Amino acid sequence: MKKVLTGNFTAAYAATAAKVDVIAAYPITPQTTIVELLSEIVADGKLDADFVKVESEHSALAACIGAQAAGARTFTATSAQGLALMHEMIHWAARGRLPIVLANVNRAMAPGWSIWADATDSVAQRDTGWMQVYCENNQEVFDTILMSYKIGEREDILLPTLVNLDAFFLSHTSQVVDLYDEKTIDSFLPKYNPKIKLDEKSPCSFGALTAPDHYYEFSYKIQKAHESATQVIKEVGKEFGKTFGREYGLVDAYKCDDADYILINYSTIAGTAKDAVDRMRDKGIKVGTLKVRYFRPFPYEEIKSTVSNAKKIGVIDRAVSYGQEGPFFNETKASLYGKTTPMYGFLAGLGGRDVSIKDIESMVDYMKTNDPENKIWIGVKE
Amino acid sequence: MSKNEKNKYEVEIKGAKDMPSMPASLGSMKYNKTASWRSIKPVIITEKCKNCMICWKFCPEPAILPTTPPTIDYDYCKGCGICVVECPFDAIKTEKEGK
Amino acid sequence: MIEIRFHGRGGQGAVKASDILAMAAFEEGKQVQAFPFFGVERRGAPVTAFTRISEEEIRIHCYIYEPDILVVLDPSLIGAVPISKGLKPNGKIIINTQKNPGDFSFPDAESPQIFAVDCSSIAVKHGLGSESAPIVNTAILGAIASATKLVKIDSVMQAIKERIPVKKEKNAIAAKETYENLQK
Repeated sequence: MKKVLTGNFTAAYAATAAKVDVIAAYPITPQTTIVELLSEIVADGKLDADFVKVESEHSALAACIGAQAAGARTFTATSAQGLALMHEMIHWAARGRLPIVLANVNRAMAPGWSIWADATDSVAQRDTGWMQVYCENNQEVFDTILMSYKIGEREDILLPTLVNLDAFFLSHTSQVVDLYDEKTIDSFLPKYNPKIKLDEKSPCSFGALTAPDHYYEFSYKIQKAHESATQVIKEVGKEFGKTFGREYGLVDAYKCDDADYILINYSTIAGTAKDAVDRMRDKGIKVGTLKVRYFRPFPYEEIKSTVSNAKKIGVIDRAVSYGQEGPFFNETKASLYGKTTPMYGFLAGLGGRDVSIKDIESMVDYMKTNDPENKIWIGVKE
Repeated sequence: MSKNEKNKYEVEIKGAKDMPSMPASLGSMKYNKTASWRSIKPVIITEKCKNCMICWKFCPEPAILPTTPPTIDYDYCKGCGICVVECPFDAIKTEKEGK
Repeated sequence: MIEIRFHGRGGQGAVKASDILAMAAFEEGKQVQAFPFFGVERRGAPVTAFTRISEEEIRIHCYIYEPDILVVLDPSLIGAVPISKGLKPNGKIIINTQKNPGDFSFPDAESPQIFAVDCSSIAVKHGLGSESAPIVNTAILGAIASATKLVKIDSVMQAIKERIPVKKEKNAIAAKETYENLQK
């Protein structure tokens, strides 16, 4: 069933379709409408879930952790300052191997006080062990939330997922979304059934003291889970394609095969980049765009194989790691270690500034006429 | 503050060089005339007013001056309507803010 | 893909209009996208909203810089705000006004086609808003349907009834009236 929905409403409907058992969230612009709609859906009896009203984002994730540990499928949502407030619990959820799904509306960190699109909030969580995926459009938000439960809940994965959508450019933008039908979704996503859970019939303790004898191996297991995830994500993405007609992978390559210039990007900029590529190809420039969906686990092989024939590579980041460079640029460069292809680190759109087709064309122009630079601030007024 | 007193920190910002290191609004908040926020305008009905000063006490801005009777400072009044609700004598009415 | 940019003031319903236009096109099987300019909003302050309509999936996600169509709910914005910036050559401009198309000039637009429709009077006639603050967003949708042929008036009326919470019939009729007025 197709509807015209904002990104936020789409996320709420996805959690509903996934038949989550517990929702605990705290409002923050521009995430609020996700939780408001979910509270209505639960109040109307359309979703049989426990909606826990908490007093902060830290408590929201803590509540999800407790519920998930007891065997419930949980969902939460937040943004920027809220995600930062949850940080301690973010570590807990991943290290506790609890496949929670969190819809994060990518919003700039304060100060300056900004409610607009910026990826700094989620990038700052990249070391915590969560899987992280960036959505280009509202349909992808819906599909990714469903897939994240299936992927995360696999016995060999058991990892939480941060599903990112750009503030306003997706959260408050209406697009056509196919919500499929309940029967097909239920057949794709079975009930959550963990082997280890808090159950008085079979007692256990979670998150106990772990001496150096074993902590190291638990850490190793989390990394191994991420490595398995690169395969599982592709498997589930293929299965999703067979079931619903839309296939997904770790990345999404558009016109990269014969491209001289390849732009690597994520979120809504990836969508605009596809139109920009078509426009530049009309002018005779062989450009391609490679959208990175998963930042964690990082898609080394997919990036390497896609850009193997490119003459120049540019990465567009909507965040910067101060004192270094754009995070996706930095990690992409690392994954291509040994390659001599010139690489350019573009910074654009931070704090919600719009990134237009002209801006993207200017990046290719820059690559054509300049030596590689690590930090090219598009549109900055110095 | 005189009607046209300007904030001496007000500068034209052309780029990063003109900006302070952190988003700070330099100069007193008195230069920020929040009158434009209003869509309804409270008006004190002086015949009904008993000078109890409850409106002055509750105004969050504060945009009510402790005169006799109290006067609303329309340079700053944001039209929140709290004074209208709190006045025990219904001595404040609301008008639609002119276009 | 057709790109439409709406210009109004806070409280006039420009954002709702962009949304309803998208709904109407969706009813006809098109791919759509609708969103407002994301800034700080105040009643009376200029508001910009965007709608994209296409046969194919819409991938672009930035603001509209080269619209095909402009919709002006409040003509006092002309001159105050760069309304026609980027309008494609022969682009259509639909203005809510009692004046005539010839009374307007857009120096930075190349041969625009101007449509002048008195949506305010029609809105007031059907009890939508007041004399001093008529709510013209639904009436102007009828004018858009007629001037651009992007959507059928029936789809517009259907979308109005779905998306407008009160006075559904009156809003739909206002759209139909402007549509028929412009057809003449």
